[in-house]
Amino acid sequence: MTQHRGMVIVGAGECGARAAFALRENGYSGPIDVLGEEEHRPYERPPLSKGRPGGAVPLKEIATQAQWDSAEISLSLGTKVTEVDRADRVVRLADGRIMHYDKLLFATGARARRLPLATTAPVATLRTMSDAQHISSIAVPGSHVAIIGAGLIGLELAARLRAGDVDVTIIEVSSAALGRAVPPELAARLVQRHRNEGVRFEFDAEITAITDRTIALLDGSQFTADLIVAAIGAEPETGLAEQAGLEVRNGITVNVTLATSDQNIFAAGDCCNFPSPRTGAPVRLESWRNALDQGEHAAANMLGASREYQKTPWFWSEQYDLTLQVAGLPQPGRPFVRREPGSGATLLFQFDDDGRLVSASGLGPSGSVAKEIRIAEMLIERGARPDPRLLADAQSNLKKLLRTG
Amino acid sequence: MPSWIDACATDDIEEEDVIRFDHDGAVFAIYRSPDDRFYCTDGLCTHEKVSLADGLVMDEIIECPKHNARFDYRTGEAKAAPVCVNLRTYATKIENGRVLIELMGAQ
Ligand SMILES: Cc1cc2nc3c(=O)[nH]c(=O)nc-3n(C[C@H](O)[C@H](O)[C@H](O)COP(=O)(O)OP(=O)(O)OC[C@H]3O[C@@H](n4cnc5c(N)ncnc54)[C@H](O)[C@@H]3O)c2cc1C
Ligand code: FES
Repeated sequence: MTQHRGMVIVGAGECGARAAFALRENGYSGPIDVLGEEEHRPYERPPLSKGRPGGAVPLKEIATQAQWDSAEISLSLGTKVTEVDRADRVVRLADGRIMHYDKLLFATGARARRLPLATTAPVATLRTMSDAQHISSIAVPGSHVAIIGAGLIGLELAARLRAGDVDVTIIEVSSAALGRAVPPELAARLVQRHRNEGVRFEFDAEITAITDRTIALLDGSQFTADLIVAAIGAEPETGLAEQAGLEVRNGITVNVTLATSDQNIFAAGDCCNFPSPRTGAPVRLESWRNALDQGEHAAANMLGASREYQKTPWFWSEQYDLTLQVAGLPQPGRPFVRREPGSGATLLFQFDDDGRLVSASGLGPSGSVAKEIRIAEMLIERGARPDPRLLADAQSNLKKLLRTG
Repeated sequence: MPSWIDACATDDIEEEDVIRFDHDGAVFAIYRSPDDRFYCTDGLCTHEKVSLADGLVMDEIIECPKHNARFDYRTGEAKAAPVCVNLRTYATKIENGRVLIELMGAQ
C-alpha cells in the first residue's frame, strides 16, 4: 500500500505527539502519520511515578481521539517501525505496511535501563503505563518494595509508594542520591525527607546477585521484597537510526536545527543528542519540557524554518508535598549563591567564569519556587549577568532583573 | 442572577502580578496588568488544577507554576502546550479601591 508523501513521525510519546500538532499549528495541511509501538493513545509519563497509589494508575492522555481526528493526524498505535530506507524515503512497519515521507522525525524516546547483572529473577522497571500498572498490582499496602537507584524516578516512586503504606528500601551504588542533576544540598534534603517518611536507604551498596526476590549486597547483607524495581536511568532508543546509518552517540546526533546528517530526517526529545545553546557541548536530556519544546521546534524546521534550538534545559520533580525545579545544568563543584524566599524554600544559583548565570535549582513546598526559577531560566537563556547579591537578597524582586538583564 | 463579589483591595495586587481568591469552594485568580487594569479568571490551571497565583505574570500572560502552560488572562485563552483548554474569565470592576468580580447564579 502506498500513499502521498507527507510528514512521518516515529514514536508516539510526548515529543512525537507535540510535533504532530505543531505541524498543523504551523499551517501544514498535508498528511501526517504518527507511528507508535505502545498500545495506549499518547499519554504523559510524569504522572506514572507521582501522586497517590491505590486504584487505577491515572492515564493522562496528551490529546483525546477527537482532537487527533479534528487535527486530521493519523495515529497508528501498536505499530512498530522496523526499517527506514533513506534512499527511497520510506519507512517499513512491523505489520508490513510502508510509508513514504517528505520529512521524517525520530521521536523514539528512551527505554528503562536494565540491570547489568545476569539474573532470571523478575525485576520491574518504570517507563510505560504497563510498567506502572504492573508495579501497582504488586505494591499493595503492607507489601515491601526494593527500589534500585536513588535517581528522580526511584525517589518519586518511593514517595508514591509510601503514601500507599508500602514499605520501601532504596539501594544505591553511589554515596548520594540524584547524581549530578541536582545540587547535593537539595538532594540531601530530599533524602532526609524520605527518611522521615520511613524510607530506608542503602548507599554505597553494590549488588552481587538477585535470586528470586532477594537482593544480595557485596557486604553480605540481603534484602527480600515482594517487588524489585530497577530505576537506574534510561537509554536512548536509537536502534532504528543506527540501522539507517545515521550517526548515534549517546542519542541520535543532530545539529542546532535538530536535523540529523540526512536533511530529510530530524530527531527530538529523549532520543536525540544536540549541541547545547551557547557552549555547543553535546547533551541529551530526559525531560518532559525538552520533549515538548524540541517536538515543536523540529516541526517548524521540518517545514523549512531552519531555526536554532536555544531553550534552556528545565525539569521538575515532585516528592510528597515538595517540588524541585531546575533550570540550566548544575555544574558539580561550582559554588552556589543561596536565596531563601521563605516558607521553607531554597534556591541555589550558579555562575560561570564570566559571571553569567548558568543554573538555578529550587526546592520547596509546591508553588514556592516556580516564579523565581522561571525568571532565572529567562536570565540564563539571555546569557545575563545578574548581581549575585540581588539574587541572594530574599527581599529583592527578581522580576526587575528581566528589565535590566 | 449575576452578582458582584468583593474580592480584594486594588493595593493587594502589585502591577503585573496575580493573587489567589477563594470563594464558596471555588478558586479564582485576580490579575493587575502592566497598564493597571484588573482581570479575573478561574484560579486553577486546566492541566492539573494547580493554583495559577503561584505563577509568573508577563504582560498579558500568566504562566502556570507547574509546567509553564501559558494563558492570556484577559481572554482566558490557552496559548501553549501542555494545555488546550481555556480558562473561564469573569468581569471585574473597581469601587472605592476594591476589586469586585461578577459571578453567575448560585455561585
Ligand atoms: C515515570 C516517569 C516520570 C517522569 N517524570 C518526569 C518529571 O517529573 N519531570 C520531567 O521533566 N520529566 C519526567 N519524565 C521524563 C519525560 O517523561 C520524558 O522526558 C518524555 O516522556 C520524553 O518524551 P519522548 O517523546 O522524547 O520519548 P518517550 O516518551 O519515551 O516516547 C517515545 C515513544 O516512541 C515509541 N517508539 C520507540 N521506538 C519506536 C519504533 N521503532 N516504532 C514505533 N514507536 C517507537 C516508544 O514506544 C514510546 O512510546 C518522566 C519519565 C518517566 C518514565
Ligand atoms: S498544571 Fe498547569 S501546566 Fe501542568
